[in-house]
Amino acid sequence: MSLLETTAITKTFGANRAVDAVDFTVRAGELLALIGSNGAGKTTLVNLISGLLRADEGTIRFSGKDITRQTVNQRIRAGIARSFQLVNLFDHLSAFDNVALTIFARQGKTRSLTTLAGRDQAVADESMSILKEFGLAPKAPTLAGGLSQGERKLLDVAIAYALRPTLLFLDEPTSGVSTREKAPIMDVVTSIVRSGNITAVVIEHDMDIVFRYSDRIVAMHQGAILADGTPDEIRRNEQVTTTLIGTGETA
Amino acid sequence: MTELALASPRVWSGRRVVIGALAVGALAVIPAVASPFQTITICYGLVFAIAALGFNLLLGYTGLLSFGHSAYFGTGAYVVALLVKYLGVASMELFVLAGILGSIAVAALFGVVCVRYTRIFFGILTLALSQVLWSLALKLFWVTGGSDGLRVPTPTLLGGLGGPGADKVEFIAHRYYYYVLILFLVATAAMWVIVSSPFGKALQAIRDNETRAEFVGVQVWKYRWIAFVISGAFTGLAGALWVPLNGLTTPDILYWPFSGRIVFFTVLGGFRTFVGPIVGAIAYNYLETYAVGFTVYWQLVLGIVLVLLVLTMPTGLVGTAIQIFERVRRARRP
Repeated sequence: MSLLETTAITKTFGANRAVDAVDFTVRAGELLALIGSNGAGKTTLVNLISGLLRADEGTIRFSGKDITRQTVNQRIRAGIARSFQLVNLFDHLSAFDNVALTIFARQGKTRSLTTLAGRDQAVADESMSILKEFGLAPKAPTLAGGLSQGERKLLDVAIAYALRPTLLFLDEPTSGVSTREKAPIMDVVTSIVRSGNITAVVIEHDMDIVFRYSDRIVAMHQGAILADGTPDEIRRNEQVTTTLIGTGETA
Repeated sequence: MTELALASPRVWSGRRVVIGALAVGALAVIPAVASPFQTITICYGLVFAIAALGFNLLLGYTGLLSFGHSAYFGTGAYVVALLVKYLGVASMELFVLAGILGSIAVAALFGVVCVRYTRIFFGILTLALSQVLWSLALKLFWVTGGSDGLRVPTPTLLGGLGGPGADKVEFIAHRYYYYVLILFLVATAAMWVIVSSPFGKALQAIRDNETRAEFVGVQVWKYRWIAFVISGAFTGLAGALWVPLNGLTTPDILYWPFSGRIVFFTVLGGFRTFVGPIVGAIAYNYLETYAVGFTVYWQLVLGIVLVLLVLTMPTGLVGTAIQIFERVRRARRP
């Protein structure tokens, strides 16, 4: 069953059709990898679905509802969350505060001016619990700006996860971290996503990561979908291997 | 890099409580131990501190640098003066209420325009709008008294319980000082609750990363507007308290250099700490008072101080004091 469905979604920047009439589907419960070379339109597609950009044409349906014209806030309330390619944190707040603030926002408590944030034990407990899941509990008091790149990537995902989304977009969760750190990060992320019954879409360039962790792969090229299939199907897809992977090698 | 600000009970740490209690105690005994001149100088400082607290909700907590806070200070002052002129009101409580409501109205209106923008665009818009009010105060002289301004007599406090009496200096240096002190403490406590609330944390998130704040569900534009209005209300309260102290309001209080003074208070004390703007406002008021008495080129002195401050103490007086304290504490550790 489709959780998300875009129909002929299009975005142009000047003469460049960054996303060109794309029909993209995400099924409930899967971990889908979105691959493609730089400029293929992956991040633009996620920006359109998450509401960062407005589509020029086409429709986006989520859980059966048309969300094409909805605001970012409405999409978050509907259950769509995302992390960012370039880590987007609140650098002058602690790791704990980054997560706690997200929980306050999710619960609609950020409207409160007369209660002390530090007195909300339920939010504090949930924040620590999420940080523990991501292995960041020891870093709870550290300002986000002072974390290592790997920790920042994890915190970025933890913030999105704290929204308790139905559909989570992870934009290059392992970019900018050392090869040694990539697998542990993906192990943590995929374990949490699967145990939380979250549908996830991961944009990733590292093919080892893609083939190892995803249930299905969608390959994009020049704003359009080039191929869609299981990791084995994509591995055998000659068009993908020549266009995206370059030499016909798949892993 | 190890501050746990949001959910830690350390926000009420013993040291902070002791320092706060000592500061309040010192402020409470000033009329008894200091000359009326010193008490009145502190009284001005407390009034400016309320304005700086309001201003810093935007600068320090929301990341918006306003160059137009004279608008809300001046609105508070002029609303009081107009109440006196047209309605003959003498009650300080009504002055305070009307000053706050007037500045809320102006800030709510200006905020709709300003908070859609950030950085230099926000600063320029706030500056331009404040100059509209200054121009109105200057040109509508039959209402505002033009450049002569409007006089405000000594008010009655607490429904007449604290009347002005014959000696204005004695009134200002004692009863009015305590009145201002209590409102300053209430304003400080209210601002502390606001910045420590989930709303206050959302403002800090907007300051740090507007895009991410939106993607965790914070309605950036709306929250900025609310912060803008609250900031205006605090500054308007300060204006309402200032005008009986000064006895007169003129368009100068709406002119852009006064907005610059509010920025100066905050930068001097340090906008990255809660108490920085308070310390900065009181320190600036002393600095200006003595610089004016010392030389006719007092603006030059203040300018040099500001340049030196930015170059040598970018975190302000309080920020620098905290850094020194932390260094000493680290050095003492075995």
